[in-house]
Amino acid sequence: MDLTMLLEMAVSGEPGRVAVGSLADGTSYAELDRVARRIGARLAETGSERVALLDLNSEVTPLLLFGCAAAGLPLAPMSFRLTDEQLAAAAERLAPVTVVAGADFAHRIAEHPGVTVLPADELLAHGTAPGAAPDLVPGDPDRAAVLLATSGTTGTPKDAVLRHRHLASYIIGSVEFWAAGADEAILVSVPNYHVAGITSVLSSVYSGRRLVMLPQFSAEAWVETAAREQVTHAMVVPTMLGRVLDVLEGTGERLPALRHLSYGGGRMPLPTIERALGLLPHVGFVNAYGLTETSSTIAVLGPQDHRDAVLSDDPEARLRLGSVGRPLPTLELEIRDADGGVVTDGASGEVVVRGEQISGEYRTHSVLDADGWYHTRDRGRLDPGGFLFVEGRVDDVIVRGGENLSPGEIEDVLLEHPGVVEAAVVGVPDTEWGERVEVAVVRRPDTELSSEELQEWVRVRLRSAKVPARVHWREALPYSETGKLLRRVLVSELSQ
Amino acid sequence: MQLKPGSRLRSTTCDTQVVVVRGTGDLPVTCGGAPMVAADAAPTDAGTPAAGHDGGTLLGKRYEDADGALEVLVVKPGAGSLGLGEALLAVKAAKQLPASD
Repeated sequence: MDLTMLLEMAVSGEPGRVAVGSLADGTSYAELDRVARRIGARLAETGSERVALLDLNSEVTPLLLFGCAAAGLPLAPMSFRLTDEQLAAAAERLAPVTVVAGADFAHRIAEHPGVTVLPADELLAHGTAPGAAPDLVPGDPDRAAVLLATSGTTGTPKDAVLRHRHLASYIIGSVEFWAAGADEAILVSVPNYHVAGITSVLSSVYSGRRLVMLPQFSAEAWVETAAREQVTHAMVVPTMLGRVLDVLEGTGERLPALRHLSYGGGRMPLPTIERALGLLPHVGFVNAYGLTETSSTIAVLGPQDHRDAVLSDDPEARLRLGSVGRPLPTLELEIRDADGGVVTDGASGEVVVRGEQISGEYRTHSVLDADGWYHTRDRGRLDPGGFLFVEGRVDDVIVRGGENLSPGEIEDVLLEHPGVVEAAVVGVPDTEWGERVEVAVVRRPDTELSSEELQEWVRVRLRSAKVPARVHWREALPYSETGKLLRRVLVSELSQ
Repeated sequence: MQLKPGSRLRSTTCDTQVVVVRGTGDLPVTCGGAPMVAADAAPTDAGTPAAGHDGGTLLGKRYEDADGALEVLVVKPGAGSLGLGEALLAVKAAKQLPASD
């Protein structure tokens, strides 16, 4: 059960179907398999123990993913947004490593013993040259398939290890083989160093859905490519969706071929999703929740769940638009209190999860507990219907005068104000309360909005303990490159 | 044969190959009425699928026994039917999960 098996099955299914690229001149599954195996053989010759990728998205991403699997080497995608110094440190962590680098990035990696640079176009030329593909030797499912640097929102990078068995279990357990029609295509705009950039490739190959790789996200390019390639499926992180909606509103484009849009990788503001539902009524929306360490999705709110929530008269059901749906049936998910006890009354606690797809492992150590549970450090609760609400990181909870306050709850209320574009609530050290609530807000450019008005807005909807003691007006909020709010950065700025 | 999730087996009566998705321990998995062997085992030929065990397997379908002790995924289809001991395995219903990435 390794990743080569997924591609092998696709080739047995329908070798001539287009796997990557345009319908007119894309790469078929048979060719993807042939080139990946040739690339794998070339990589095996390097003597490196790991292969890194430093490039924008292109067909090299799937080729290298399956090429590394064929060679039995782990693939470690690197972020091109890192500084040269950080890149050097990342390469050093992976040595002995071959860094497959795109033309614009090769110069950013210094070669030295243990670190070899292989230009992506050279590897691609080798792979696509005429000739047979070497035989596949089934690999050990326990080998590492992908290494993804994860720093969360706190700092020091750690390399999460996703083994073949984790990723293959995830795909086999959540995707129906060859269920996609020949007209389906997914637009991959999440970078290859994000877990969804990897699992998008795997899910699509296994379901038979054509991959359209967007080199780098911009809302204009996303909309233009989706329209040109008749894209039916896509996955975006919250910041991307807001910008895409702006472009759709501005241009009048409505992407009639689009059927299915999933979002995840951070908290989606409710007004954004409501705007999306209104603008794209023909599209089914999917909210997916997962982490790098869990091989992507562990809970999902499907298109019918979205419609049910919007149409329902039941306030409890309406709230579910803000949930991440129900846990995948292939895994176990629980809410635990601070003492480790299982929460069953719908109260908040830490989200813990267990199952075949759960890695919870870094190159240095595993953080699974003795019973195999992974503690996500996310705070959440389950409603009576089994819908999971993620309230933020456990570490982000504001403790004010001994009371736990969830930033997400206050942010949701702030974002409902028509003059608020973005809001981030944080706890700032306070001599009297321990922590006090403060908020950084980006307001709509054409609106007059005062601190007092916003504080009153929260007071009447929540209660006084949750009212921000201070409102900081900002031009923009700090986000990581994959759209996660950098709360720690704000806390340290506001604590000055 | 000792199995665990990830074990890959092949039929001795047809082209079928499966990978174990769920099931651990000594499980008598058959195809075409004859015991399956490890995919990398030396070639053996048990002839053709026996009558009643010749319904065939479908690529990409998951098969399970009635008690949920075993679930396998067909990675290569063939003419035999899968079984656990005397009982035939049944095709598992397609997943209804929406694509999330």
